[in-house]
Amino acid sequence: MSKRIGHAQTGFLRKWIFSLDHKVIGLQYYFLAMLAVYLGMALSIIFRLRLAWPTEHWPLLAKIFPVGFEGGPMTPEFYLSLVTMHGTIMIFFVLTTAPQSGFGNYFLPIQIGAQDMAFPVLNMLSFWVTLLSMAVMVATLFVEGGAPISGWTAYTPLSALGQVAGPGQGLGQTLWVISITIFCVGSLLGALNFITTTLNMRAKGMSLMRMPLTVWTWFTTAVLTLLSFPVLLAGGILLLLDRLGGTSFFVPAGLVVSDRQIPHAGGSPILWQHLFWFFAHPEVYIAILPGMGVTSQLLSTFSRKPIFGYRAMVYAVLAIGMLGFFVWGHHMFVSGLSPVSAMVFSVLTLTIGVPSAIKTFNWLGTLWGGRIRFTTAMLFALGFVSLFVSGGLTGIFLGQTSVDVQLHDTLFPVGHFHMIMGVAAVFGIFGATLLLVP
Amino acid sequence: MGRALAVLIWLITLSAVVLFSGRYGWFPEQISEHGDAIDRQFVITLVVVGIAFILAQVTLGYYIWRFRDQGQGRVIYTHGSTRLEVAWTLLTGVVFVTLAIMGQSVWAQLHLQDPPSDAMEIEVTGQQFVWNIRYPGADGKFGRTHPKLISDQQNPVGLDRRDPASRDDVVSVNQMAIPVDRPIKVVLRSKDVTHGFWVPVLRVKQDAVPGLAIPIYFKALKTGKYEIACVELCGLAHYRMKGILTVMTDQELKAWLRDRAS
Repeated sequence: MSKRIGHAQTGFLRKWIFSLDHKVIGLQYYFLAMLAVYLGMALSIIFRLRLAWPTEHWPLLAKIFPVGFEGGPMTPEFYLSLVTMHGTIMIFFVLTTAPQSGFGNYFLPIQIGAQDMAFPVLNMLSFWVTLLSMAVMVATLFVEGGAPISGWTAYTPLSALGQVAGPGQGLGQTLWVISITIFCVGSLLGALNFITTTLNMRAKGMSLMRMPLTVWTWFTTAVLTLLSFPVLLAGGILLLLDRLGGTSFFVPAGLVVSDRQIPHAGGSPILWQHLFWFFAHPEVYIAILPGMGVTSQLLSTFSRKPIFGYRAMVYAVLAIGMLGFFVWGHHMFVSGLSPVSAMVFSVLTLTIGVPSAIKTFNWLGTLWGGRIRFTTAMLFALGFVSLFVSGGLTGIFLGQTSVDVQLHDTLFPVGHFHMIMGVAAVFGIFGATLLLVP
Repeated sequence: MGRALAVLIWLITLSAVVLFSGRYGWFPEQISEHGDAIDRQFVITLVVVGIAFILAQVTLGYYIWRFRDQGQGRVIYTHGSTRLEVAWTLLTGVVFVTLAIMGQSVWAQLHLQDPPSDAMEIEVTGQQFVWNIRYPGADGKFGRTHPKLISDQQNPVGLDRRDPASRDDVVSVNQMAIPVDRPIKVVLRSKDVTHGFWVPVLRVKQDAVPGLAIPIYFKALKTGKYEIACVELCGLAHYRMKGILTVMTDQELKAWLRDRAS
């Protein structure tokens, strides 16, 4: 341990576990995300076993998850719980933590010339709250009834009715909602830190339009977090109240599940969808924007020239962030939404293609006339551009109301978001790791 | 490395073009009146998106090849070009917004127009994990229902038998029959959780939401047996919540309904 003059020696716990240092906290988030990604991948491999060999017996898995294999082959509810948990873990604990809280915490202060984040204690707390959220989430796999089967979107009434709606919908679903609400708190605390640090703690001379693009993306992502997560938090609390408190925010009257009359009245299942997607659409921009910032930095560094169109890139990031709040209804075209509002959402959705295209053109402009060195980090950045184009263009189909009628709730959107989140955003994480970690 | 990467990107682009133009894994057949318009909008989108895809990926590959570091020379130092930014912003804006507005007319036809008055009305009530199909019978009126009267075995939609209009209602489980060449109005309901009513060949999809009665309209142009799939996750047996839609002639439908009237 190094001794510095005037510095008391910090113990192991203070230095590595309950650290207030932004770099340690960034690493803690990063390793949390790495743990989560392996867990998420393992879950996806297990459910792919069911898809590939539907009637096969898996004795080793049956030992770990006896409830999931009662009678031999994987039960359908276990399959659904695996899919639910795969999506939840990947989106929340990998794509919302590593790019933003992981790299952002580590490098934002460094890139703006600040000593640390604005609120170091809050920073440490937000990590531990996030870790607690993950512990509760993983616990759902092992409680009685197992993990929930309602998907990462947890549509009501399926997620609100409790055990009667299906296996995993009792304690598993309740813990899932609790985990998500805890996660919201952790994210909000982090967002406050990022925004305050970026606005208040830049080194002298670093105007906003001189900040690195990575800083712009972390800042914009934090603003999106601040404005969208409270809606999920509110929705989660309302859902918990419906499940445990006898309220009926999301459950209408007159439901009969398996011949049992359900004593709820007055709620709207679509209200949950509005609250959820108002959060979840900005959430997907939260997942991708930091990766875009990293890609800009990588392409510029390894083409040996400045980013093409810095100002346009900043405006594009801000436009994507802002427009992202106006399009949540495109997840609900066939949900029972008013057809007129569906048309409005559709036109707005396609306008987000414009700043995204601008960013792509500017990335190409950065490569143009350069001297490209193909380091591994650069390969991931180039892959990001290619996959973002492919995946993003499939969004053009989904954003149109009439075309979406045939494609909604099929594997087409699954392909769309895996190309962008499962490949492009992950390439952003890989590229950042290779560039920024010596 | 640069050349290999460029070739890889071009090969992937080429295979994507081949797969899409060869229509591998394409849509199922289309048998409804509005289906052609939907499929056409998909193909128009595919062409526009395809052009953008090819241009972007080929350019990416070309720049990777052309501007790879060959050990000498200087980069073309530039911070950007405002003129280019304005040009390509306008271009993409026009293309995307035009595409968006074009697609709305198909949707408006589907959802913002009332069906003709001779549309046959059918009520479909989803539940875990079957589709209950109800016909109004000879009087053309749906009888009253009440949730308290629901019994899965005897009275799945909770018909109130005291209501005279309900006496001739025909309820069928998972079997739906419609006449060919006649406008149909389906009213979607649900008993428990949200289900999704999808008939792929009709290009018709709509969630059945508890607490709501959502109408959809279509006209089938070809007889045959087709699948009804549940397309909104509704619980553990969602994967096998399937119905069969049979499109038949008017006479066949009359006989079908007669057979099922209790």
